[in-house]
Amino acid sequence: MSLSVHVEKRLGPAGGSFTLSAKFESEGRVTSLFGRSGAGKSTLVNLIAGLFRPDSGAIRIDDTTLFDSTASIDVPAHKRRIGYVFQEGRLFPHFSVRGNLLYGHRFTRKQDRWTKLDEIVDLLGIAALLDRRPASLSGGEKQRVAIGRALLSSPRLLLMDEPLAALDQERKGEILPYIERLRDQMRMPIVYVSHAVDEVSRLADTVVLLDAGKVIAKGTVNDVLGSRSEMIAEGPEAGVVLIATVRVHDQVSGLTHLAHPAGDLSVPLSSLAIGSKVRVRVRARDVALAVGEPGRISIRNRLAGTVSDITDMTRGGVAVRLDIEGDPLIASVTRDAVRDLDLKVGDPVTALIKSAAFDPLSFGNTTWP
Amino acid sequence: MFDALTQTEWEAIRLSLRIATVAMIASLPLGVAVAFILARCRFPGRTIVDGIVHLPLVMPPVVTGYLLLLLFGRRGPIGAWLESTFGIVLAFRWTGAALACAIMGFPLMVRAIRLSIEAIDSRLEAAAATLGAHRMAVFATITLPLMLPGLIAGMLLAFARALGEFGATITFVGNIPGETQTIPTAIYTFIQVPGGEFDALRLAVVSVVIAFGALIASDVLARRARRKVFGQ
Repeated sequence: MSLSVHVEKRLGPAGGSFTLSAKFESEGRVTSLFGRSGAGKSTLVNLIAGLFRPDSGAIRIDDTTLFDSTASIDVPAHKRRIGYVFQEGRLFPHFSVRGNLLYGHRFTRKQDRWTKLDEIVDLLGIAALLDRRPASLSGGEKQRVAIGRALLSSPRLLLMDEPLAALDQERKGEILPYIERLRDQMRMPIVYVSHAVDEVSRLADTVVLLDAGKVIAKGTVNDVLGSRSEMIAEGPEAGVVLIATVRVHDQVSGLTHLAHPAGDLSVPLSSLAIGSKVRVRVRARDVALAVGEPGRISIRNRLAGTVSDITDMTRGGVAVRLDIEGDPLIASVTRDAVRDLDLKVGDPVTALIKSAAFDPLSFGNTTWP
Repeated sequence: MFDALTQTEWEAIRLSLRIATVAMIASLPLGVAVAFILARCRFPGRTIVDGIVHLPLVMPPVVTGYLLLLLFGRRGPIGAWLESTFGIVLAFRWTGAALACAIMGFPLMVRAIRLSIEAIDSRLEAAAATLGAHRMAVFATITLPLMLPGLIAGMLLAFARALGEFGATITFVGNIPGETQTIPTAIYTFIQVPGGEFDALRLAVVSVVIAFGALIASDVLARRARRKVFGQ
């Protein structure tokens, strides 16, 4: 699936207080539209879905043009075959869960159908809910049903607009693996809107960073989260995503050990399958640096690498970029530390990360890359 | 007591029910359409449409009846045309009474339906569109079921208004026993005649019973609709 979006839309009262002007292409399986609230992310997906109309521009999926202002093409929402999972679920209150799930299925032509009720119900674990009414479901259950309903309309692209934003951390952790299954097992192309870095880093292949209606960065997760753009680099969420392999679970110490070429990582105990690949997000502010043997300290995670770049930040800190066996890693340290350690590009260093710094939402299964 | 009802009284009751039912059902499609337009569409002249719909509510019913007579009377512009083209005569017929009742009940019906449409989360309709439902299908599967409780309330209000309608009816179609004499106009006639108070009272009791029955029936229907629409 390839998605190409190049649109302009004026928004806001009296028209023109805010212009969304976005251009991006995506070949990725999960494209994340990422940015602060009010950056224009939701508007952008509504334009893709056909719920809003751009002032100008074009939207294409593969060879199909969904919108083109110069050619006066505007395929109506119901003919676009794009699934949409909304933040608030938007389940139909007057249908049972089964009725909701099959709603879009009925409107899909037989030759276009590629999803089946049984498969989707299994995939999302909602068999027990089929005869219930939406009003009696919990927030997490509602979102799973909403995802199933969108999938059963056999879409060629799934839009997800902050689908976890209304849920608490625990529910989020419950739903994220299902979205990972959509990505890895069903190979569903997804455009995922979020302002939460943990979701983006677990799910996205391609990230489009939006701010005030403009695309300010795009690329892989590491391109964007590790970007030098001030908004990210100076923020609390700057960092990278590493791919590691689950080695062993240690029930006694409550840790899961992951193997990475640069060294082992111990993270809070999880239920991920041994031998499976995981994405782990490492924030720059959680990484400390040591030159030589660190000695007797409590930090267990020690990754060997070399300094590849040292950048001063405007607020006084320094971003030290490392190469750890081919993967990037960023450490946010003070200027004094860089001076005391006499860090230079090419120096071998050890990156230190506390196990407790990994929150349980920051890692999950992946088959990527 | 029902044995005691005279032929005239029975006819008034039958006519009243028939006129109210026809008025309610015939005005329903237009009522839904107007309510939908007022609830959802923004267009110049919307306030005027809203005003015209509400006019029968604020005008003296006699004025409404008189205007109907001017327009739909046999020599009125619409009345004459209806008679020459379709052979339909409304003035001094029970159909005319139904028209008068429909117009008097229309603002109440539109108001109730409109409120129920405004209460519908239009984001559900957008969700239905992304699932492949075209506009008519969205209306039939989402909008209509969700506005059902309001629809029932609107129908009851129109029915009740039609049962009680007096001024516009008597002005437009008169008070002809067997043709246009409804319960209210029959009661009025009885009261005009010396010694008719007891007959008037009997009909008054009947009209209380009918009104109460309609109220209970609509309540049961509305509750059933709400249960069906919103689950337990």
